[in-house]
Amino acid sequence: MASKVIHAYYNDDDILMQAVKKVKTTKHHIEEVYCPFPVHGLDKAMGLAPTRIAITSFMYGCLGLIVAIVMMNYIMIEDWPQDIGGKPSFTYIQNMPAFVPIMFELTVFFAAHLMVITFYLRSRLWPFKKAENPDVRTTDDHFVMEIEVYSGDEKGLMTMLQESGAVEINQVEK
Amino acid sequence: MYTFSNRLKIGAIVLMALGVVGMGVGFVTVPSTPEEARNMVAAHDDGHGDSHAEEGEHPAAASEHPAEDAGHAAASGHDAAHDEHLMHQLQNRPWSAVYVAAFFFFMIALGVLAFYAIQRAAQAGWSPLLFRVMEGITAYLVPGGIIMFVLLILSVMHFNHMFVWMDSEVVAEDALLQGKAGYLDPTFFLIRAAIFLGGWILYREVSRRLSLAQDEADDNRNFVKNFRWAAGFLVFYLVTESMMSWDWIMSIDPHWFSTLFGWYIFAGMMVSGITVIAIITIYLKSKGYLPDVNDSHIHDLAKFMFGFSIFWTYLWFSQFMLIWYANIPEEVTYFVTRIEDYNLPFFGMVAMNFVFPLLLLMNSDYKRINWFVVMAGIVILAGHYVDVFNMVMPGTVGDQWSIGIPEFGAVCFFAGIFILWVFRALTKVPLQPKRNPFIEESRHFHY
Repeated sequence: MASKVIHAYYNDDDILMQAVKKVKTTKHHIEEVYCPFPVHGLDKAMGLAPTRIAITSFMYGCLGLIVAIVMMNYIMIEDWPQDIGGKPSFTYIQNMPAFVPIMFELTVFFAAHLMVITFYLRSRLWPFKKAENPDVRTTDDHFVMEIEVYSGDEKGLMTMLQESGAVEINQVEK
Repeated sequence: MYTFSNRLKIGAIVLMALGVVGMGVGFVTVPSTPEEARNMVAAHDDGHGDSHAEEGEHPAAASEHPAEDAGHAAASGHDAAHDEHLMHQLQNRPWSAVYVAAFFFFMIALGVLAFYAIQRAAQAGWSPLLFRVMEGITAYLVPGGIIMFVLLILSVMHFNHMFVWMDSEVVAEDALLQGKAGYLDPTFFLIRAAIFLGGWILYREVSRRLSLAQDEADDNRNFVKNFRWAAGFLVFYLVTESMMSWDWIMSIDPHWFSTLFGWYIFAGMMVSGITVIAIITIYLKSKGYLPDVNDSHIHDLAKFMFGFSIFWTYLWFSQFMLIWYANIPEEVTYFVTRIEDYNLPFFGMVAMNFVFPLLLLMNSDYKRINWFVVMAGIVILAGHYVDVFNMVMPGTVGDQWSIGIPEFGAVCFFAGIFILWVFRALTKVPLQPKRNPFIEESRHFHY
């Protein structure tokens, strides 16, 4: 991790996208981009790996389905198979239609909630977390691209960022 | 411009020829007297008893029937009424096979028409590139609708016994049917069918004309008109589709009724329609006729296939579970006969129409792979054929069903007409609308 970073400020997402592509071609490492709103295609331009959160969600859904089946099978069929209004409680399959609403809801519940929690964990979000944005303007109308600096290439990088349409460039010690 | 490839044309004609032969075999092998019917079923039993070689020819029949056949063999003291009932069931089989296939292909065209109208009314930006394909498929409404209407007329004229309420002797002994006679009246039934078909075909023709006129016009008047027609049609469609499902499908079991039946038919119609749009689009694209269609369009269609498969399952299960749960005798017989006599098709179609598309089309990468979408589409279409089969057959042939020569023949025949008519319609105009206001957006559609 470089101790020095450059913060390049932009005030338009199209210009930002162009700048990101340009910086990528010069092989500089973009540490982070702070945006006030999602910029469509920014992750592709930065070359970020696609998210795998949908896959986790699918697995959580399977888990929820299993929980529902095991729970209903134990409670309604194995533990105390009562005759409730003539519903057949001899085997799980015989009474399955009555359990489907629960199976469905638990699948969705597990898939949704565990996925959200996964998202919080992976993106390190929690109630008393200290905000990380380098400049308050990044939550309103400015975009900041943070680039690592190694000794020697500062000058060239600065001029290139200037040309790419940055409205402000700061060097920050980290 | 699309040119109808000779191979496809010959293929369709061969399908039709095979279909005619298959349907002919079905109609010829029908018993004409109750005794003959009894002997046929008895011979069927013997066939199973002493030679398993025959089973190879009729795998479906062999695997499904042993239980019932044993029952028939045991009750050797047939009474005449039972034999006559058996004869009617066997006589119904080729008719039902034709009816199921005719309705299935008609419902694809109608589902596409509804989807098309929704795309127009919603002013969707992704789909205008596919409008000509959809219009090509809806061209089948005319021949398909005429065939459906002829089948209904033949039923009213007592060429078959598919609709028991059309038989005045049956109605005379049946208080329930007398109560419904005001609605289930043969003449009124045909008038309704004519109104439904007339309205659907009218919208299709008007919309097609406006769509083509829009290509040549220099303003968007035709487009706006088409939008209004689509909105009006959707209202008309929702009402008539619901009534059509009561008339053409639900009245086969006239003692039974279900309030969400119209929606259920609608869901099956939509998913099969969208699947056919996807398959034909992929086919045309693979031949190089739709250069601007990209994998995002296919992705969208596959998402609709996925979504409507689940919607269909939701309605199927809602209908089934409500009736199963309450278990009211007059309603539950519908499912009792299906589960007892049609166990494999009844639950097999849930696997084909729900589990299979659910697992296959969940991944968004898979939805962009053509052969994946086609494979899922074929299973979905087969599943929805079985769905229609399950809705019609139990009320007409009862436990004498099987999926054999008459059924395959009818499917081949209608598939042949469908392909011939749809691809002929596709050759008539360029496959890409010229100046639809959304065509640029559709061309650059990217998901």
